[in-house]
Amino acid sequence: MISSRPRPFTRDTPSFFLIGCDSSSASALSVKERIDHKRKTALCGGGQHRIDAQHKKGKLTARERVELLLDPESFVESDMFVEHRCSDFGMEQDGNKFPGDSVVTGRGRINGRLVYVFSQDFTVFGGSLSGAHAQKICKIMDQAMMVGAPVIGLNDSGGARIQEGVESLAGYADIFLRNVMASGVVPQISLIMGPCAGGAVYSPALTDFTFMVKDTSYLFITGPDVVKSVTNEDVTQEELGGAKTHTTVSGVAHHAFEDDVEALLNVREFFNFLPLSNQDAAPIRECHDRSDRLVHSLDTIVPFETTKAYDMLDIVHATVDESDFFEIMPNYAKNIVVGFARMNGRTVGIVGNQPKVASGCLDINSSVKGARFVRFCDAFNIPIITFVDVPGFLPGTAQEYGGIIRHGAKLLYAFAEATVPKITVITRKAYGGAYDVMSSKHLRGDVNYAWPTAEVAVMGAKGAVQIIFRGKENQAEAEAEYVEKFANPFPAALRGFVDDIIEPSTTRRRICRDLEVLASKKQLNPWKKHANIPL
Amino acid sequence: MAAHRLSPSLNRLLLAGKYASFWTRCCAVHGYAQYSTACSPNEKTFDKILIANRGEIACRVMKTCHKMGIQTVAVHSDVDASAVHVKMANEAVCVGPAPTSKSYLNMDAIMDAVRATGAQAVHPGYGFLSENKEFAKRLAAEGVAFIGPDTYALQAMGDKIESKLIAKAATVNTIPGYDGVVKTVEEAVKISQDIGYPVMIKASAGGGGKGMRIAWNDEETREGFRFSSQEAASSFGDDRLLIEKFIDNPRHIEIQVLADKHGNALWLNERECSIQRRNQKVVEEAPSTFLDAATRRAMGEQAVQLAKAVQYSSAGTVEFLVDSNKNFYFLEMNTRLQVEHPITECITGLDLVEQMIRVAKGYKLQHKQEDIPINGWAIESRVYAEDPYKSFGLPSIGRLSRYQEPLNLSNVRVDSGIQEGSDISIYYDPMISKLVTYGATRAEALASMEDALDNYVIRGVTHNISLLREIITHPRFISGDISTNFLPEVYPDGFKGHQLEADSRRELLAAAAALHITAQLRSQRRAPSVATRCPCVKVEVDGQWNLASPLLPLAINGTHRMLQFKVRVLSKLAAQLNSYMPEKVPEDTSSLLRSPMPGAVVTVSVKPGDSVAEGQEICVIEAMKMQNSLTAARQAKVKSVHCKPGETVGEGDLLVELE
Repeated sequence: MISSRPRPFTRDTPSFFLIGCDSSSASALSVKERIDHKRKTALCGGGQHRIDAQHKKGKLTARERVELLLDPESFVESDMFVEHRCSDFGMEQDGNKFPGDSVVTGRGRINGRLVYVFSQDFTVFGGSLSGAHAQKICKIMDQAMMVGAPVIGLNDSGGARIQEGVESLAGYADIFLRNVMASGVVPQISLIMGPCAGGAVYSPALTDFTFMVKDTSYLFITGPDVVKSVTNEDVTQEELGGAKTHTTVSGVAHHAFEDDVEALLNVREFFNFLPLSNQDAAPIRECHDRSDRLVHSLDTIVPFETTKAYDMLDIVHATVDESDFFEIMPNYAKNIVVGFARMNGRTVGIVGNQPKVASGCLDINSSVKGARFVRFCDAFNIPIITFVDVPGFLPGTAQEYGGIIRHGAKLLYAFAEATVPKITVITRKAYGGAYDVMSSKHLRGDVNYAWPTAEVAVMGAKGAVQIIFRGKENQAEAEAEYVEKFANPFPAALRGFVDDIIEPSTTRRRICRDLEVLASKKQLNPWKKHANIPL
Repeated sequence: MAAHRLSPSLNRLLLAGKYASFWTRCCAVHGYAQYSTACSPNEKTFDKILIANRGEIACRVMKTCHKMGIQTVAVHSDVDASAVHVKMANEAVCVGPAPTSKSYLNMDAIMDAVRATGAQAVHPGYGFLSENKEFAKRLAAEGVAFIGPDTYALQAMGDKIESKLIAKAATVNTIPGYDGVVKTVEEAVKISQDIGYPVMIKASAGGGGKGMRIAWNDEETREGFRFSSQEAASSFGDDRLLIEKFIDNPRHIEIQVLADKHGNALWLNERECSIQRRNQKVVEEAPSTFLDAATRRAMGEQAVQLAKAVQYSSAGTVEFLVDSNKNFYFLEMNTRLQVEHPITECITGLDLVEQMIRVAKGYKLQHKQEDIPINGWAIESRVYAEDPYKSFGLPSIGRLSRYQEPLNLSNVRVDSGIQEGSDISIYYDPMISKLVTYGATRAEALASMEDALDNYVIRGVTHNISLLREIITHPRFISGDISTNFLPEVYPDGFKGHQLEADSRRELLAAAAALHITAQLRSQRRAPSVATRCPCVKVEVDGQWNLASPLLPLAINGTHRMLQFKVRVLSKLAAQLNSYMPEKVPEDTSSLLRSPMPGAVVTVSVKPGDSVAEGQEICVIEAMKMQNSLTAARQAKVKSVHCKPGETVGEGDLLVELE
């Protein structure tokens, strides 16, 4: 396709008036033709048969993805004419040059809001990363930082452009540096829509959210072949780094979607929740759900037996606007629920213990999951609403050896450090150190509520009585006394550790009102170069 | 009117409730246009009644009690502690754990509750202890009134054979038949002639349709006799044959009776209950399109004769089968308040519960037979938590995450005992509510029913609204051409859901597109204004765009429509690109139940070979002193059980395998 030899050109601006007049017009015409030709070629990526192969795999092309992700006709492309500069291994030949190289970059709008996008093109050299490819990505990231707009990366790349060697590695590092610099400045989202292996995985890992497409995307440091040769383990791509692995076992990815279309449409929805940068307030959408709506179903949701589970998601769905909750990591560390919702139109981050899974206890994975989410919200001015029903930290050697102490500290750290509005609702248990951690009053909680079913205590009645009345008789009596004294919200309310004991049905109304007031909250942490979270 | 009358007592129970602010829509807020809200203030009945039931019928009885100024006592199982009927009652007593045999059927506990609360009478509702003569006796022994018939009537009508004999003696039509064994062909012909054609010849040892023949004349009788006896001999090794009247296209029509303790009895017209599945009623109406005044009177009079024959008092129902020639035959008598009583209340204006309470106190009936009107038409749809796509309804369970009754419409009555947030559990009947509409004519009542079904919002459990809507809009139902075989005849391959026609499909697409665009526009913060274009036809959609509401009243091409559909909307581009997306086959993990956490097995509720329903508890795992109930992901048979109580299990351990 790229066979016609370009003729040399003499002028850099073609002019209509000169057409057909003299030799310079011929050259101008040829420039115009070349531009058209290059553009046309760029639009075709690696050629029709590669596009067909991509479709056959159930994947969309880089350009189709961009088009679907952004508002119609809003995409403004940059660097369509950039080509790779490799001159080894026959790469310099015409057939091996593709205008735009293996990535499509530019800016556009999602529901009218600015976003920068890069989309790796698997049809060109398997989407491999050349120096030029990296340069294109870095360019839009720099711009995004400058104007304060999020970056969405659509990853579909076989890895480094091996022909380019260290040039390619340098390219990765350039992107990593920008990922780190942009962290906490503009939201960064990675959508893995094909392979992403080797060093390449660290770019998504550095971004705020990593989403994957089921069955067609993979993330791993080394592929199954290397794994086999080094550790002698037999493992498939899917088991090693598929969407299921990363959304349920490793916690690397935050959500998995059925297919490309589903994924891109969901990212559009997700984008609606986010502010454009750390200078923006949490976005407010027109709200059709009454902010003073009483939620009667909440009055009966906590079971009478304190050992019986219920679904925290029921509380979340009933409380937030229009039951619209975008859950982050719904299948990983399910004993904590995190995600985005709106209250009276304003984006909020929801954190809740999930009594249905492992009694809602905190363990290593749930602490890390919660901490990262809380820190994102704090970085981007999103108020945090915390629903507490936590029996404590999970005991056991597995947890201690795994370092629950330092991992649990992350969640504590994140809540303590956060200066965004923090509203906490204790629905039932708030026991021990876990009570302190879960956005308690003591960690600068702005408004802390307790439901009538709340029990704020050092531990459950039985354990407490066994310690206080060790070796004494009448344990049952003592237990009853302990329950009477402590298994209720009064001890905390008496001391002002909760601001009020509220009817569950009024929760939504109160939170909406509180958020109004807290919108102008100003709180600063002491100056520091950066804090030292226990990693 | 009712709202004013009820509010003082309701205020009391608001204070009595565990959470004082709790209040539910389903009770007094909506007045009862459909039965008498007035009661005679001078007639003193009881001070306190205990309702030995749960759910909608307990609520229904309490409404009348409160209207009459009677204090109410609810009984409940532990899982029902925050149920609507408990909150409605002035007092509540827990009578045991969830299984009905240990709570709502637990006579000892209920008797204790009666004594503890000093209730003077007990209303048993339907089901549970309502037709239990032992329970009635025990109440009588303690001087507590049983709001229902006397034990003699309970006993007499409780036995199928005895009730038939009594009915025969009271000259009530029973299905004619020869009680003995028929020996020869000629004997068979003679008996058939005596009974009157058509007749059914069936094997004495029969079952499953084998050895069964229908004969419409002598010739067919002879033939049928030979075939049937051969078939019976080969199938059952027993060639004895019976002959009885064959009822073609039978309808199930029942007569409501009301009797007092002074020998007076009334018939309150009929209820047509032919639309059934697995012998359970789905849609009922009163009156029946099929009966003429003479048949109605004949049936009513026979029903009253039967009631008088057993010295019946209170409300009761005499069920008949009616053939295509309007011949009717006694089936059985239900000695309690029927589920479908509201439609009778709608057309007669009587409050049956009030009448039952009066009669139980010993008052005479207030009405004469000629006072009993048929005012208009009433239809009842039973809204169930069940999947209508599976044999017209297999129970489903879950939490009602969203629940809104169509009480905004006029001429709608909803009897329910649940509210948003309630659990539909495996322990009890999966009925969500009884939706009753009323109109001056059948057409009006049907139109209201269609509206009401469209306006009903139920989320969180699978429900049968779609089937109900199909039934009441089916041409055969509308024309009144129904029988107990209606569902299998109309849907021989099972119910497949609403089939959209071209027009309605376009309307739905337009509405969905309009909604989608509205949501998109909102995200862009622009003012909504929508006109949707379908490929060939322009469909104008207008509405109040409240995206938070589960119901959007739309005007589609000027017609007001209420649509509830699940539609995925894609832009043109997305739809185009979607064609490249592979079909995904969901991985089936539902057959393996694994422990989601490390813990101890507390109970295992199944054993290999058991059938479990979707959502049914399989075992309970205790972790961190919390009991976690693990449930079946689908309906299945248990293949193997890999854990036992007391055992500790790790996360991901296989507990139970389903087939």
